[in-house]
Amino acid sequence: MRRWLPVAMAGVMTTPVLAADLNVSLEIPRLNVAEYHRPYVAVWIEGADSKVVTNLAVWYEVKKPNAEGTKWLKDIRAWWRKSGRDLKVPVDGVTGATRPAGQHSLTFSSGKGPLASLAPGSYTLIVEAAREVGGRELLRVPFQWPATSAVTAKAQGTHELGALTVTVTP
Amino acid sequence: MRRTFTLAAGAALVAAISLPITLHAHRQWLFPSATVLSGSDPWVTVDAAISNDLFYFEHFPMRLDNLVVTAPDGTSAKAENASTGRYRSTFDVHLTQKGTYKIAVANNQVAASYTENGQPKQWRGTPDAFAKEVPAGAADLKVSRTSGRVEVFVTSGSPSDTVLKTTGVGLELAPVTHPNDLVAGEAATFAFVLDGKPAANLAVTLIPGGIRYRDTLGEIKATTDKDGKVTVTLPEPGMYWLNASYSEGGPTRQGPPSAPSPDGEPQDRQRGGPSLTEQAAPQQPPTAGPRAQGGPGGPGRMGPGNRPIVPGRRASYVATLEVLPQ
Repeated sequence: MRRWLPVAMAGVMTTPVLAADLNVSLEIPRLNVAEYHRPYVAVWIEGADSKVVTNLAVWYEVKKPNAEGTKWLKDIRAWWRKSGRDLKVPVDGVTGATRPAGQHSLTFSSGKGPLASLAPGSYTLIVEAAREVGGRELLRVPFQWPATSAVTAKAQGTHELGALTVTVTP
Repeated sequence: MRRTFTLAAGAALVAAISLPITLHAHRQWLFPSATVLSGSDPWVTVDAAISNDLFYFEHFPMRLDNLVVTAPDGTSAKAENASTGRYRSTFDVHLTQKGTYKIAVANNQVAASYTENGQPKQWRGTPDAFAKEVPAGAADLKVSRTSGRVEVFVTSGSPSDTVLKTTGVGLELAPVTHPNDLVAGEAATFAFVLDGKPAANLAVTLIPGGIRYRDTLGEIKATTDKDGKVTVTLPEPGMYWLNASYSEGGPTRQGPPSAPSPDGEPQDRQRGGPSLTEQAAPQQPPTAGPRAQGGPGGPGRMGPGNRPIVPGRRASYVATLEVLPQ
């Protein structure tokens, strides 16, 4: 629809109409525990109807022989119920190895990869972490897509996740 | 399984087959190691027991003679590594297919008394054998039909519906909300059918596990509507014991009891799960307490050879349901 905008008006905008970036910064906290394993983490987007729109990242033990690492995918249980159980892993560009404690930054661009067909609207970004012999935590950050100026929203985890920052830039 | 005998000769047998009745005062269940599974080679281990508290194996093992495992494609799957111990039976199921498995122990029994050539007779056996062995026009014929079913559902990958189809015999759950898709705080609907028809006005109870560490049962009660449906919102995640019982004829009782009575009186023959057959008798452990022997209020009260047949239809259903956290 917006493609029908008059050329003059489109010229005012400095970027293509739907172009936007989604930046996710999530922290896996350093934990002082007797037995530590990197958490399984899923990052996904839900629409206003709470249905999954797209998976952004799923980190699990991808390299174990015989896909043994998939045995614990169900422990990312909200994600498992929402979409994981219907997903055939690995998924190129989505699944990957577990990551160590620290800050992790993910950037997604409109029209590409998981955001290839993200329509304008209200969404929630969800990060869920489940750790072997540890706990589980789920954080939600609502956001609007796309944004006319950079918008940042945050959430703070308490045990399995640290700070979560979601920034939408035009 | 089936015997015809005169009262005099059958006294000992009657005493033996009385035992299962006391077991009805307890709770039967199948408790799986998991109900929601992922991975390339999932297995579940299932404990099968008859107990007071949920879900602790502290009284009797459940017999596995009538165990049926149905795979997502509707075929029979194998229970492996089965064993029966002092307090529980246990077995494994290798989930080689993706989808939902149904694991069930079901029993159908007929008990009858009648008079033949002036002699009072008692008979007990399967519905098929009953039709063949008990004369249709027998004098003073009293017939009691009992069905019991204990189930659990487990799912590898995405839930599927094939095994949710009911058999048409006894009291059964015809799930509306998938039994492996239950989440705390969300409404779940369960439908019940009796011999394949909607079981209206049926009392249904859900009791969360972990009874040992709390003072109240915390049971959730509901009654089915005209379509045999109940909708409940389970407040907390955990394993729940779902029970419904139907009784027609004989002593009636509204709904399942709130707790076992102190003497283990069979407060509800119409409650509980499958009737254990007389085969249960040999498995009675030598150290079983007085309750299992037919203690005060137990079947011994009726006296050998004088056990009345209460005509009617009784059916019970039990399922163990896992409710996941949000």
